[in-house]
Amino acid sequence: MADVSLRKVVKRYDEVEAVRGIDLDIADHEFVVLVGPSGCGKSTTLRMIAGLEDISDGDIMIGGDVVNDVPPKDRDIAMVFQNYALYPHMTVAENMSFGLRLKHYPKAEIKSRVTEAARMLDITDLIDRKPKQLSGGQRQRVAMGRAIVRNPKVFLFDEPLSNLDAKLRVQMRIEIKKVHQKVRTTTVYVTHDQVEAMTLADRVVVMNHGRIEQIGTPNELYHKPATRFVASFIGSPAMNFVPCRLEDVGGKLNVRLTDRLSFPLPPARAARYQGLSRTDKLLLGLRPEHVMEARPHAEPGIEPFDAVLDVTEPMGMETLVYFTLEGSQLCGRVNPNAGAQDGSPLRLAVDLNNMHLLNEVTGAVL
Amino acid sequence: MVDVALQSSRTATAQAGRKRAGLRNALRRKSMSAFLMTLPLILLIAVLVIYPALYSLHLATLNKAMTKFVGFGNFEFLFKRETFWLVVKQSCIFAISAVVFKALIGFIVAHFVHNVPANKQRKWRGMLLVPWVIPPAMSTLAWLWLFDPSYSAFNYTLSFFGLGPIPWTGDAMWARFSVILVNVWYGAPFFMIMYLAALKSVPEQLYEAAAIDGANWWQRIWYVTLPMMRNIIAITTLFSLIVTFANFDIVRILTAGGPLDHTHIFATWAFRVGIEGSDIPLGASVSLFMVPILAVAAIFILRDITKRGNES
Repeated sequence: MADVSLRKVVKRYDEVEAVRGIDLDIADHEFVVLVGPSGCGKSTTLRMIAGLEDISDGDIMIGGDVVNDVPPKDRDIAMVFQNYALYPHMTVAENMSFGLRLKHYPKAEIKSRVTEAARMLDITDLIDRKPKQLSGGQRQRVAMGRAIVRNPKVFLFDEPLSNLDAKLRVQMRIEIKKVHQKVRTTTVYVTHDQVEAMTLADRVVVMNHGRIEQIGTPNELYHKPATRFVASFIGSPAMNFVPCRLEDVGGKLNVRLTDRLSFPLPPARAARYQGLSRTDKLLLGLRPEHVMEARPHAEPGIEPFDAVLDVTEPMGMETLVYFTLEGSQLCGRVNPNAGAQDGSPLRLAVDLNNMHLLNEVTGAVL
Repeated sequence: MVDVALQSSRTATAQAGRKRAGLRNALRRKSMSAFLMTLPLILLIAVLVIYPALYSLHLATLNKAMTKFVGFGNFEFLFKRETFWLVVKQSCIFAISAVVFKALIGFIVAHFVHNVPANKQRKWRGMLLVPWVIPPAMSTLAWLWLFDPSYSAFNYTLSFFGLGPIPWTGDAMWARFSVILVNVWYGAPFFMIMYLAALKSVPEQLYEAAAIDGANWWQRIWYVTLPMMRNIIAITTLFSLIVTFANFDIVRILTAGGPLDHTHIFATWAFRVGIEGSDIPLGASVSLFMVPILAVAAIFILRDITKRGNES
């Protein structure tokens, strides 16, 4: 068990900078997820921690020791790959014990560790099979077993669930979380799936273009995104953005979306945005759950407006409604009994108590 | 009575109908049409392979004048000749050592080429394949000149180091070394290209997983590369063993079996006895001797492949 630190880590491929100076501290026992779109440098970062890629600049520390020039086998880490990377000519038991056998552990010790890991992952019956005789989910369990038996300082997961179907992915997600609760090994997990990131992580690191956009707990990222990228990347369906500007109407601060549509800000928000320029181009950010059907009685900060729905998506417990406002497509979540229908008008409301205001140029959340 | 006749005629029509349907079904079956489509090739192989094979079996049972059936007479005669056992020994030494070195060199060179950056790999692959694409009859002539005892480049170069002159084709041991060397030079590129293809099919992540599991480069080759390449290695080795065992041109041109029959292998000796010695039945008997030896090797290697094929 150990903490992991990255100090100004850079990865250059010839002219291209894949990772542009990352600082990250991962505490002992922590489960950290690196998330971002493909090409954002998350896998490269993980591979640098593993020692599979050289570091162009900066330092990586595991358990306080700089490991920049330490080969992977001496870093005391275990990695689970996207395509499992099981040795096809070895049985499940041989696959799991390979690392221990190379290190000449006593046979009894190897056997007990493999048995224990197999029991934990519920693959005891498969122990003598070859990887080809296993399903995708079972192979993933074996790959995790291979990591567990080594009892390493750090677990590294490189998109381990991407090759599984949706149902199995949810199931394995829970398995991974259970395993982490049992073994408590420091874990770095890479995924492009923000749901995986949110559900698994103690802390999520959102990456984009080789930089860290924001580090925070899943709730922090969801409710207090720092940038437009984080705001739009986290959450499904994604956050709505509408161009807007601030204006003073009768001594009160309003947010004007269109010529006809302007909402007064609730007092807390008005106080927060009071100092902003009235001419700046801004974006109003609203999560779909904060665009809902209008209720008969007025509530503070909840402002009704009329919309014509383009498309509705009934999800059962809610209906997603899509409509256009001054050229931007918006998504709202309404009660399935609100009478939302394709092409029909519906009176909706926005919850400005949960609004975000962004600078349109810099993308910073204000 | 009428009833019975009626019944039997009914069964007859029913049977005929079933027969027609059976033929239609047989044609409709995929295996049947596949067989019909491969029939031309099967016939071609029958004419070009099975007929000559049977004919040489027939020849081997005749006397020298090919007028009388002698049964196993030719074989009995061969078993009593010392030269025959010398040829058996030499063929085995030649084939096994040449294949081992071809495989070893091919494996090492394939690793080097595999690690060359992709854009330069084509050039290297092309250059390294040259020995294999030159007709061996031509390239062996060049080797013959290189091995010449008095004027050759080899001995000339060695003289600078105070070595030699080496009787490359004149001394029995050196002559055996020379024919094996040329055969290795000619055959190693084939192994190289097969192993290179096999290496490329080993997923990179297996090596990464092994590196993280704590394997050094040798353990990675032993536990990952070799098991992943086992089938290719088995097939190439078998194939090369057959071709090398049946080699004719290199030995024929380089030493013609000399000195004193000490580099003869089955094919060259069969030629010497059968064509040059005008004893075609005896030559056929010599060449037939390759069959059981190669069959044993083929059975062993192919059994291993099917066994592992079933496992996976």
